[in-house]
Amino acid sequence: MTVEVTEHGSSIVVEISGELDLFTAPAFRERVDRALSADGPRNLVLELSQLSFVDSSGLGAILGRYKVVTQLGGRMILVCPQPQVQRIFALSGLFKIMDPAQNVDQALQMVQGG
Amino acid sequence: MEKICNQLKLELLSKPENIGLARLTVASFAAQLDFTLNEIEELRVVVSEAVSNAVLHGYAQKEGMVRIEATLYPGKLELVVEDQGVGMEDVDQAREPAYTTSPERMGLGFTFIESFMDRVEIQSQPGQGTRVWMEKSPEGKEPEV
Repeated sequence: MTVEVTEHGSSIVVEISGELDLFTAPAFRERVDRALSADGPRNLVLELSQLSFVDSSGLGAILGRYKVVTQLGGRMILVCPQPQVQRIFALSGLFKIMDPAQNVDQALQMVQGG
Repeated sequence: MEKICNQLKLELLSKPENIGLARLTVASFAAQLDFTLNEIEELRVVVSEAVSNAVLHGYAQKEGMVRIEATLYPGKLELVVEDQGVGMEDVDQAREPAYTTSPERMGLGFTFIESFMDRVEIQSQPGQGTRVWMEKSPEGKEPEV
């Protein structure tokens, strides 16, 4: 798994590639939490198009980041998961609390507009 | 005795880095049956959840071996994941959706296992380890008896 973080004003865009599971979740968690802060970026756009696998450990790590972002007063948007990953997200109910977007530009507009 | 078409036995030290290897191996093996791509994806999740449970809960205190046995019968896959770890007092509680021991987890492991497999049986006793027995047939196919 690789995690790429880019900063866009009050938001970070995090691109995850590969597999998010019990083994890779700690690195994802650490990388994202380091980039978020109360006086810096507090919105999180999670770009999932290159994420090939997620299980409940990976979903737990994503939910954990949602809690961090919410505590900072920010918003979290999920962008474009692959169908098999989308299915796991849908089953987990995470789409009920996190908004989806078609692409990163739309997601950034959503967080900056809201 | 049912006719065994093929069988895989795999033993892995309970390290998180072995979970990906376990799901890849079992998914490749299961592809010998007529599973759809969606079903193979489901099996990857199931293996990941069962092995993660063994690593995270069964062997929380000390490392041990996780044993995986996959058996192909005509029209069905039987999958067993077992550990010799701490075991569980209350299996029914662990099977409840959203039951979790950690705020960074979702408690969905067994929910995914039960959603994606046709049959699931869990045996566990404190100090005796846990054995998860599962069965799945390719979509629309009844196992041959």
